[in-house]
Amino acid sequence: MSLLTLRGRGVVGGVVEGEALVTRQTISGFGGINPQTGTITERRHELVGQSFAGKVLVFPGAKGSSGWASNFQAARLAGAGPIAILFNVMTTKIALGAVVLRVPAVTDLDQDPTEVLRTGDWVRVNGDTGVVEVLRRAAEPRAA
Amino acid sequence: MQLTDAEKRILDGAEGPARAAAMRLLVRYGTVLGAERLVETNNVCGGAVGTLPNRRNVLPPDADMDAVYSLMNLDSDERFEIPPVKANTWKLIEAMDPEHWAAQGVSAATKALVEKNAAFCNRVGINRCNTCTPYQVGNVPVFGEHCAWMESSAVVYVNSILGARTNVEGAQSTAAASLVGRIPYWGLHIPENRLATHHVEVEIEIDDMMDWGLLGYWVGEQVQEAIPVLTGLTHAGELRKFKHFGAAAATSGAVEMYHVPGMTPEAPTLEAATGGHRPAVTLRYGAAERREAYQHLNSATDPDIDFIMLGCPHNSLDQLRLIARLLEGKRVSANTDLWIFTPNAIRTVARSMGYEAIIEKAGGKLMSDSCPALSRVSPADVKVVATDSAKQAHYLPATLGYQVWFGRVEEVIASAVAGRWVGRLDA
Repeated sequence: MSLLTLRGRGVVGGVVEGEALVTRQTISGFGGINPQTGTITERRHELVGQSFAGKVLVFPGAKGSSGWASNFQAARLAGAGPIAILFNVMTTKIALGAVVLRVPAVTDLDQDPTEVLRTGDWVRVNGDTGVVEVLRRAAEPRAA
Repeated sequence: MQLTDAEKRILDGAEGPARAAAMRLLVRYGTVLGAERLVETNNVCGGAVGTLPNRRNVLPPDADMDAVYSLMNLDSDERFEIPPVKANTWKLIEAMDPEHWAAQGVSAATKALVEKNAAFCNRVGINRCNTCTPYQVGNVPVFGEHCAWMESSAVVYVNSILGARTNVEGAQSTAAASLVGRIPYWGLHIPENRLATHHVEVEIEIDDMMDWGLLGYWVGEQVQEAIPVLTGLTHAGELRKFKHFGAAAATSGAVEMYHVPGMTPEAPTLEAATGGHRPAVTLRYGAAERREAYQHLNSATDPDIDFIMLGCPHNSLDQLRLIARLLEGKRVSANTDLWIFTPNAIRTVARSMGYEAIIEKAGGKLMSDSCPALSRVSPADVKVVATDSAKQAHYLPATLGYQVWFGRVEEVIASAVAGRWVGRLDA
């Protein structure tokens, strides 16, 4: 039973379920991730030290060097890639990255996934239909 | 996506399995982009990237170079025998200098892999210029030419200064383009996407190289992936200055194109640059903004320098002549390594001009084919580096964990001789 459903454009097909890792900041491939572990390494990034390996990566899009796709491809080959990606802004870097990651990818969603999804949500991503369902919510973040 | 009959035939395998795989990849990629069609190209700059760090360690054991290229460049688990490239193709940075590889700390295994890659490139016709600046060594696209280039600093140069048309491609899209002579017609291939949306009013004098770099670094951070138009520049640009400016703007942001009315070819006026539209954003660059960019780039606190890096993007011959003049009769500090990077073709001329001998006599090394950030090569035990490159100053703290000093080439050379940083914002 879905608690929340988002609809968008599936750009790489396939269906997968898993835990979301959400950021409102764009991600750099070259110089921004460690492809061996899937860990974000950019000094000033809000996810620095966290890994997207085995997660549904939810982010605005790609930035930085033209080596973006190659670094994410290397993460896939090292077994440290995400299992699906949801993103907002289309660029050549993210488009090629989505192709070589070979995991379900959805964009142009009717709600901003970086706003409505939370890290730890259990989601089902259907890259064939573009439908993203939240099956279990992560705990509310505690007020500071 | 609409394909022509010729493109469909390639997709169906009429020209062999490797070209069919290349066309499949372009169709997948163009579909994700939402491109309506492909466009012909006969000008590709990319990499045979299996030799680079983070790639060579995930290669299947005993894979030959055809298998490596199939996997890394065509994203195919199936091995194809790669046929000769169809479009003219130029190779970007390689993993090592063919002469100074041992000093760079490159292993014998990596050297052997690079040599296998070179033989592969020779066989299929990928021109091994091995530089981030193909436009310095013979690949100068003409106005309006549809290209498929990667390397953000080169893309911003050929779009803005030459009026060629390319997006920032990647290793896989360029490899596919070289095999079938096509790339998705999307983004900067389309004329209306090449107009400026952001206006930068430059209020201070920009003349020396450091100031072009600071301006580029600040503009990139402000506009991110947008196209800026700059007014108020009073000194004419040159290849080396636009090279430095664009590399900086493509590093702090993702600028792939800019206009300078009166200097760049697509916009004789501010109105032409914006297509007659009012800019969405207007920014001012003055003394405070210049200081801010300088402070962002100077992340070092320790004045003692272990490593001096010049040549990002790869140095031009005039930059090497200046460095040789600055070094003549001097000696680099014993605690400091000085590495200067340039394309192989330019090193050959610098050697015949005697510039390399002057650099070597002063204790420096003139290196080609490689780069500290991409090839991950450096002297042993470096903590503090000094450079005249905004791009390298941005990347080295993240990729190699160094403290960085950034300044003018004259200050960087003086610091190399002193062994400690002597640069200042206002010389």
